Amino acid sequence: MKFVFIIAGVLISVLTIAAGLIYVERRLLALFQDRLGPNRVGPFGLLQVIADMIKIFFKEDWIPPFADKAVFVMAPGILIATILLTFAVIPFADNFIVLDSNIGLLFFLGNSSLGVYSIVLGGWASNNKYSLLGSIRASAQMLTYEVFMGLSLVGVIMMADSFSLRDIVEAQRGGWFVIPQFVGFVIFFIAGIAETHRTPFDIPEADGELVAGYHSEYSGMKFGMFFVGEYMGVTLISALIATLFFGGWLGPSFLPPAFWFFLKTAFFICMFILIRASLPRPRYDQLMELGWKVLLPLVLLNILITGGVLIYTHSL
Amino acid sequence: MNDDLSLVSVIKVRFGESSVSALQTTADGTFTLWTKTDLVKDLLKFLKTEIIQPFRMLYDLTAIDERRRLKRSNQPESDFTIVYHLTSLDRNQDIRIKVPLIGEYPSIQSITDIWPSADWYEREIFDMFGIKFIGHPNLRRILMPKSWKGYPLRKEHPARATEMGPFVLDDQLREIADNDLKFNPEEWGLKTQNQDTDFMFLNLGPQHPGTHGLLRLILQLDGEDIVQLIPDIGFHHRGAEKMGERQSWHTYIPYTDRIDYLGGVINNLAYVLSVEKLAGIEVPDRANVIRIMMTELFRIASHLVWFGTYAQDLGQMSPVFFAFNDREKIFDIVGAITGGRMHPSWFRIGGVAHDLPEGWNTLVQNFIDYFPKRIREFEKVTIRNRIFKERTIGIGAYTSEEAIEWGVTGAGLRSTGYDWDYRKKRPYSGFENFEFDIPLGKNGDCFDRSTVRMEEMRQSLRIIQQCVNNMPAGSYKSNHPLTTPPLKERTMQDIETLITHFLGVTWGPVIPAGEAMVPIEASKGSNGYYLISDGDTSAYRSRIRTPSFPHMQMLPLISKGYTIPDLLSILGGMDFVLADLDR
Repeated sequence: MKFVFIIAGVLISVLTIAAGLIYVERRLLALFQDRLGPNRVGPFGLLQVIADMIKIFFKEDWIPPFADKAVFVMAPGILIATILLTFAVIPFADNFIVLDSNIGLLFFLGNSSLGVYSIVLGGWASNNKYSLLGSIRASAQMLTYEVFMGLSLVGVIMMADSFSLRDIVEAQRGGWFVIPQFVGFVIFFIAGIAETHRTPFDIPEADGELVAGYHSEYSGMKFGMFFVGEYMGVTLISALIATLFFGGWLGPSFLPPAFWFFLKTAFFICMFILIRASLPRPRYDQLMELGWKVLLPLVLLNILITGGVLIYTHSL
Repeated sequence: MNDDLSLVSVIKVRFGESSVSALQTTADGTFTLWTKTDLVKDLLKFLKTEIIQPFRMLYDLTAIDERRRLKRSNQPESDFTIVYHLTSLDRNQDIRIKVPLIGEYPSIQSITDIWPSADWYEREIFDMFGIKFIGHPNLRRILMPKSWKGYPLRKEHPARATEMGPFVLDDQLREIADNDLKFNPEEWGLKTQNQDTDFMFLNLGPQHPGTHGLLRLILQLDGEDIVQLIPDIGFHHRGAEKMGERQSWHTYIPYTDRIDYLGGVINNLAYVLSVEKLAGIEVPDRANVIRIMMTELFRIASHLVWFGTYAQDLGQMSPVFFAFNDREKIFDIVGAITGGRMHPSWFRIGGVAHDLPEGWNTLVQNFIDYFPKRIREFEKVTIRNRIFKERTIGIGAYTSEEAIEWGVTGAGLRSTGYDWDYRKKRPYSGFENFEFDIPLGKNGDCFDRSTVRMEEMRQSLRIIQQCVNNMPAGSYKSNHPLTTPPLKERTMQDIETLITHFLGVTWGPVIPAGEAMVPIEASKGSNGYYLISDGDTSAYRSRIRTPSFPHMQMLPLISKGYTIPDLLSILGGMDFVLADLDR
């Protein structure tokens, strides 16, 4: 019974956060951009989320006649499914976790690789040149950033001596991993932005160039799924950063552990939004260059040094 | 003048006494000579390549339907006249070469092999007058739809919809229109594949967030690399030149606002300056300074839109809001002074519409005090951003020679390091009395175009400050009888002044016959109205030379070999306005 409650708890909080982000992002962006943002519906415009939801549910869900129907319908589902599945291994608090798997981190990496299919298939099934270009870009970008997203975490894994996210948090009782693994943190953050294809790495979408990239042809709730999927991705990466580098639920005991976890996650979500408000978009080959020529050597160096230090301290 | 005469003798020595069939005096003082159809090509080539300090820029190329013109004193007989307007930046001199054509649908040799930039101009003349250019590589309609019947700028073509009968879009017409828009690569001489790859043709626009309006670009792509690009323009064509032949001299002013719709009164200025040249009106100092202040305010407003949208094109979403907020501050001032915002239509023939309101100087001064720190902030946020630099440095670069060859003016020319600004080189409205610098670039790439424009905003502020400090007293309108509408206190004196006023505001003023054009430095490049008066209440021909037209024509040249994101960077950096392009 408790298991069901946890699943329900995780599902509800993730979906609420993702939906709430529609409002939060719009208000925060407005704040950064000297304007007001949505403030009409309900107190402080809070009911905007509901208004948006109602709108998107009742929009005509149009499937273009030239699209590959089955794949077209499936693609947004894949995105939502893979992200939701990943939340299963994230510890919201000490005992607030759906599945404390000993391969938790690998499970996340595996799922995020599967997530690429949604974009590639979505773009391809749309049978539109802009979508196609978007999904070609997406697949190249994801392929690159998957590589050192995994590698950037190797340091954390070595230090915690486990793939289980719960163990990783526990291992940070002595100090957050962000300090010894700062390079890993920065690279994971960058890779995370690329993974969720948020600005400045929204190259598959690139609204000024490719109209809306891979989801140009999507409308109604299918578009809504891509939309909410993006926010869930942001939440996921923020939650992972909090877990892997900032001690997850650990924090002074005057507040419940889950609160600390949400607080840290919220902070990184806001960082995502701030970055979106401030940076221009690099060109797609420049992004690749940054990945392979700068980040990859850095991340390998990070592994080497972490390993070296660990062996040295163990041998003492 | 001496330059002009020596030029004539040079031409006569080279081509013989009969080569110059007539010299025409024009109200704007531009040296205008008539030559013959068979000679013109050699003459142009001679002027472009063989003389010392050659005329390297084809500033404008247009035609006049002369068949209903009455007052053509001493001009050779002609049904249609082709006008080549050349500029020599080295000499700081213009020359207009006119060629008479006889017949209903005459033809003439194309000069695309001398100036590649003649391509679009000749297509436009074909589109508007039905004149054929022999040897043109791709003579087809450019602004009007392919299925359009008739040639709009010919005098027999109706000017208003009410003269044309009701328009019905039936299925058949719709099918024709749809077919016209289908792109057929072979028609444009494009191959669909080479040995290694099948090319993809991407239709960018007419509806696309990156084109800033209704512009269609057809890309031949190899992956994301642009092999060839073809701009398809004309979606924003409103027949502004034709309207000029129907509206009175006075009532045409609001139409000019909407040519470069970001430039507001800068367009008014280009127009009224030409009309004043025709009418021989001297504008009082106060009106001149007010005009300068307003045009510089609009220059900043226009550059702000460029800045905001350019950052947006490069994926940075915030600057557009900052820029538009500040633009709103300018519009507050414009609103207080003129009562309008984007299109105040505030300049008048012989001055401006009203005197400045009380307290205008505090408003303007507040803005001058406020704005410099915003420019610094913009530079910090965008121009000095590393990603911005990566996206713009070395992208879409061209040399000064290429720029002049293609008729590029404005920031696009200055970014190559070529010092050319009409405000300095040919001061109008009293710009010679102001102190300001002309910012120059070096590499002629998107980044230099950006830095030049940012600096131009600072220089405009400097000019505005000088306007505030030294606003002369006096009248805001000239006392000249053709000033429209005349100063109120001079209208109600007796029956004569009453009649003059009545005629001026009902029929409009009668501007003496003649020709004039005053090129000015608009926000996007050089803008000019080539007005021909036949001594009537409206222009006989009003040719609008806009900067966006030659700039867009150069796009295929400077974007070849780049990728789609670079294309958007080049497009944004060009700072064009679709209404300015299509008119």
